[in-house]
Amino acid sequence: MAQTFTKTMARNIFYGGSVFFFLLFLALTFDTSMALPDRDRRELLDPTTERGQQIAHGKALWEENNCIGCHSLLGEGAYFAPELGNVYVRFGNNTEAIKAFIQSRPAEGIPGRRSMPQFNFAPDQLEAIAQFLKYASEINTAGWPPNKQG
Amino acid sequence: MKYPSQGVARLYFIAAIGLFAAQILFGLIMGLQYVIGDFLFPAIPFNVARMVHTNALIVWLLMGFMGAAYYLVPEEAERDLIAPWLAKLMFWIFLVAAALTVIGYLFVPYAGLAKMTGNELLPTMGREFLEQPTITKIGIVIVALAFLFNIGGTILTGRKTVVNLVLLIGLVGLAVFFLFSFYNPTNLVLDKYYWWWVVHLWVEGVWELILGSILAFVLIKTTGVDREVVEKWLYVIIAMTLITGIIGTGHHYYWIGTPEYWQWWGSIFSAMEPIPFFMMTVFAFNMVNRRRRNHPNKAAMLWALGTAVMAFLGAGVWGFLHTLSPVNFYTHGTQITAAHGHMAFYGAYVMIVLAIISYAMPIMNGREANSQRSQVLEMWSFWLMTVSMVFITLFLTAAGILQVYLQRFSDAPLQFMLVQDKIAIFYWLRELTGLVFLVGLVLYIWSFFVANKEPGLTSAAVDQALKGNAGPAAAIA
Repeated sequence: MAQTFTKTMARNIFYGGSVFFFLLFLALTFDTSMALPDRDRRELLDPTTERGQQIAHGKALWEENNCIGCHSLLGEGAYFAPELGNVYVRFGNNTEAIKAFIQSRPAEGIPGRRSMPQFNFAPDQLEAIAQFLKYASEINTAGWPPNKQG
Repeated sequence: MKYPSQGVARLYFIAAIGLFAAQILFGLIMGLQYVIGDFLFPAIPFNVARMVHTNALIVWLLMGFMGAAYYLVPEEAERDLIAPWLAKLMFWIFLVAAALTVIGYLFVPYAGLAKMTGNELLPTMGREFLEQPTITKIGIVIVALAFLFNIGGTILTGRKTVVNLVLLIGLVGLAVFFLFSFYNPTNLVLDKYYWWWVVHLWVEGVWELILGSILAFVLIKTTGVDREVVEKWLYVIIAMTLITGIIGTGHHYYWIGTPEYWQWWGSIFSAMEPIPFFMMTVFAFNMVNRRRRNHPNKAAMLWALGTAVMAFLGAGVWGFLHTLSPVNFYTHGTQITAAHGHMAFYGAYVMIVLAIISYAMPIMNGREANSQRSQVLEMWSFWLMTVSMVFITLFLTAAGILQVYLQRFSDAPLQFMLVQDKIAIFYWLRELTGLVFLVGLVLYIWSFFVANKEPGLTSAAVDQALKGNAGPAAAIA
């Protein structure tokens, strides 16, 4: 680099650029926060309603059984098992089908094949997970995934 | 070693390599489960193997960063660590916490681990890469604070170099952004939005500052190039990193419920994210070409050049491949992501930690560089691991392209599991290549034992050898 470009200039670009773009990021975050209520279906999460409690319970179960360790949700997670952000749609807009699938998994797996573990969920837990996945499918994700296969 | 307290780095480096081995072992288990679905089921289900694989990686890289800091900060600050005992204590706390967490993953069902550790009091578990029990996360914060106190105190009371200041900014950022791992609302969009403040602002933000400063340190030491030149490069590189990388977070906000304008912000800024990596490659080769000395540690220099190239390929090129939103619409959450993740982590972070270990370990063991035979072994391990990682990435990319076509792009999209069966050949090839990587890792570890049996190389011997030869060309050979 030519001598006209000094270390002090480089340092100033670093500090100035970083601070400027971090502030811009915060501004965009603020704007996003304002826009989210119309997109993220937070009205479903009202904890004073039964559905709100079910979704919160479902998310806790989703986390405490590490579902993300095999599946993806809105495209994030592991890629070992199907995307579940749209599983409600894929299963014909039917929470019963989701519950039946989870219940049907053999405890010892399927010889030679990938298989979801049997978690022995109680009926209220199954309903909570299904409600959580239904909620996830209703978030406005800008049209993603491209089709129902996820 | 100029300052005795630098020696605490040794513990960190040894533990890092141990966890690296665990990471690879569980990677091979997962790779096999991709093609033999019931392998070790239900004893070690895929999600458990994956947690060990990714968490071991994170912890060993953190150990590597900490070891690097404990080694290079005193040398740059020209004083001993303010509290070497604290560095040792924190090492054991960190190691025990990591070991207990892995034992928990392997021997307790995850839901049981969540119950045992009181996850319902402050639920943070069960999110990708942040699977650690809340109590482990609190432990990480304590270790990080004690570490920052030690490193920060040493830097601020000693000679303040650019390498040290950039490293400190990176490490403070690492600690600060980790705090977002404690924010876990029921609202999935907000959860994901701030989850990326840990994940993205780590690996495409502050970790790159750590990478840059370690690389600058190794290059100053091995090439003897004027510090002023190196520091100017370092500032320009990390400036570009944060200028592109902060708004580049937007490439994760395309499809998680956030507004569509992120497709513009994310695409434009993350398309520029390869620039700092390219500059890093130019920087590393420039410094080596303009070197004023012939350091006897050729292996360390190879890792330093290697990380510059592989970080550009893995993070830069493979990141760019799927970062534009119209492309990402089809590739999001497929094997393309896995391909990018593997080469980016290996190129940018695994290799820089191995570079500083390669440079510092011989010195901590009382020699300027390891013996010729040990270095040759280490360089073999470099090529075996690096070339196999290139092929792992290529095979996963091929799998990903087919997956995208069959599952998302064709006129008759197929179900996920049907597609997985059709692309299994690439998973087999990936697994075989993974075994080559393991051979490289074994050679790598072996090279340390060879080094300990033989007298090391010195600068004087290298200069002597060069005098009798044809000049600079011989030094490269």
